[in-house]
Amino acid sequence: MTQSAHDETLLSARGLNLRFGNVIALDNVDAELWPGEVLAIVGESGSGKTTLLNVLSGRMAPQSGVVWYRDAQGHLADVHAMSAPALRALHRSDWGFVHQNPRDNLRMGVTAGGNVGERLMAQGSRHYGNIRQEAIDWLAQVEIDASRVDHLPRTFSGGMLQRLQIARTLVTHPRLVFMDEPTGGLDVSVQARLLDLIRTLVRRLGIACVLVTHDLAVARLLAQRVMVMQAGRVVEAGLTDQVLDDPQHPYTQLLVSSVLSA
Amino acid sequence: MNGYNFAYLDEQTKRMIRRALLKAVAIPGHQIPFGSREMPLPYGWGTGGIQVTAAVLGPDDTLKVIDQGADDTTNAVSIRRFFARTAGVATTTHTAEASVIQTRHRIPEQALREDQIIVYQVPQPEPLSKLEPSRAETRRMHGLAEYGLMHVKLYEDITRYGHVSISYDYPVMVGGRYLMSPSPLPAFDNPKMDMMPALQLFGAGREKRLYAIPPYTRVTSLDFDDHPFRTTRAPHACGLCGARESYLDEVVTDDRGGRLFVCSDTDYCETRRAEGHVGTELAV
Repeated sequence: MTQSAHDETLLSARGLNLRFGNVIALDNVDAELWPGEVLAIVGESGSGKTTLLNVLSGRMAPQSGVVWYRDAQGHLADVHAMSAPALRALHRSDWGFVHQNPRDNLRMGVTAGGNVGERLMAQGSRHYGNIRQEAIDWLAQVEIDASRVDHLPRTFSGGMLQRLQIARTLVTHPRLVFMDEPTGGLDVSVQARLLDLIRTLVRRLGIACVLVTHDLAVARLLAQRVMVMQAGRVVEAGLTDQVLDDPQHPYTQLLVSSVLSA
Repeated sequence: MNGYNFAYLDEQTKRMIRRALLKAVAIPGHQIPFGSREMPLPYGWGTGGIQVTAAVLGPDDTLKVIDQGADDTTNAVSIRRFFARTAGVATTTHTAEASVIQTRHRIPEQALREDQIIVYQVPQPEPLSKLEPSRAETRRMHGLAEYGLMHVKLYEDITRYGHVSISYDYPVMVGGRYLMSPSPLPAFDNPKMDMMPALQLFGAGREKRLYAIPPYTRVTSLDFDDHPFRTTRAPHACGLCGARESYLDEVVTDDRGGRLFVCSDTDYCETRRAEGHVGTELAV
């Protein structure tokens, strides 16, 4: 890979270490993400996937190591050296975070339209009609009927809540979205539809994505590259098809062979 | 009055409150914590306002106290008498003659001047309290000027009712920086706070917070471009003085649906009647 291509990374992490007491959550982890790319982090429970996601997104500080983010103007910024206002502004505009449980992110007492419009209002939109129209457009993009715009999220099904969360996150056209098990807890047919939707949106809008999942099928469907984690270490990384079709590390081999096929 | 320091509070306490007030004036709309004292009246009756008044009052001041615009209700009468006894200051019911005005829920109809101070009694100083339960989080939101959440509330109101349904304690931006609760003023009074020549001080006793708006500061009520802020008042004339511009109270007069609309600002109403204005109820 040439030096110029390397310069184009959207997010890059070097030597991340984090321990919780005796538990090693991250052990010298490096990661790179290019614009428009979907990177999946896979591994079993407790392998440090979500910790890595939190550290990459600046929500949790590592004990050592650095995370660089390149903004739209091409300036590199150390995520963990950023001031709190700058980081929060980044999370509101350029970045998005999709939680496993949509109730963690949505405001359950606020209508679907208000939920989608919140990030717009936080960015300074002050025209009710435009905010509402944008919310309706986004509901259509995530296949929620426009007539539901004034309904409360608690009247929505689990799959609809997750789609509403995605609309709420993507409404400000982020460049980078962090997803923590976006399809967890949904039944299989809903998962398939949601994956299809995420794939379409991410491709069409050219959003870069860091996706945490324990489901190899999700990784295969969405991600161009995959990182396999075990006990806080990245044991294997590479192109998704390469890693999943020809796993080199014993742990990856175990993971791939343990997938049930109907 | 024997046995009391001037204006009830001891000098150290007044100094502490004045220091907090100086900070508050320096950062318009920002809530400053202060060591609120127990006062000889219950929380919710103006313990914050009475401490601020005690701290700014001098022997030459003339004090006016209003409660919902009226000079003659229990709260107003007792606080006015409290300072008449503990500070020996002159008191008045005339807005123009007062140098310090302590108020609950109204701004006098008559425009205030540069040499006047208005002190508001505030029950809940945090405008985001109903939207975000954590005070640590609301402080962070103030610090970073992240006020999108307040607009979400307005958005929800317009979606549900077709208009913003907040009729009192309507949130304002002070000096383009801090979101502020104007205390339970009717939204009708919000425009009076904008560029007011008088110094505006706010005291919340139970919540232990002070804040201020210096003279001639921009105070704007939150709104949307396509749903601008609008004030509302009952579409009547005052039954006693015939005023059509003042804020009105609705008074039920009998059990057969009889009602009377009168100015909530009693001094304004009396002044107009003394000038010869007569409303429909008195003309009969």
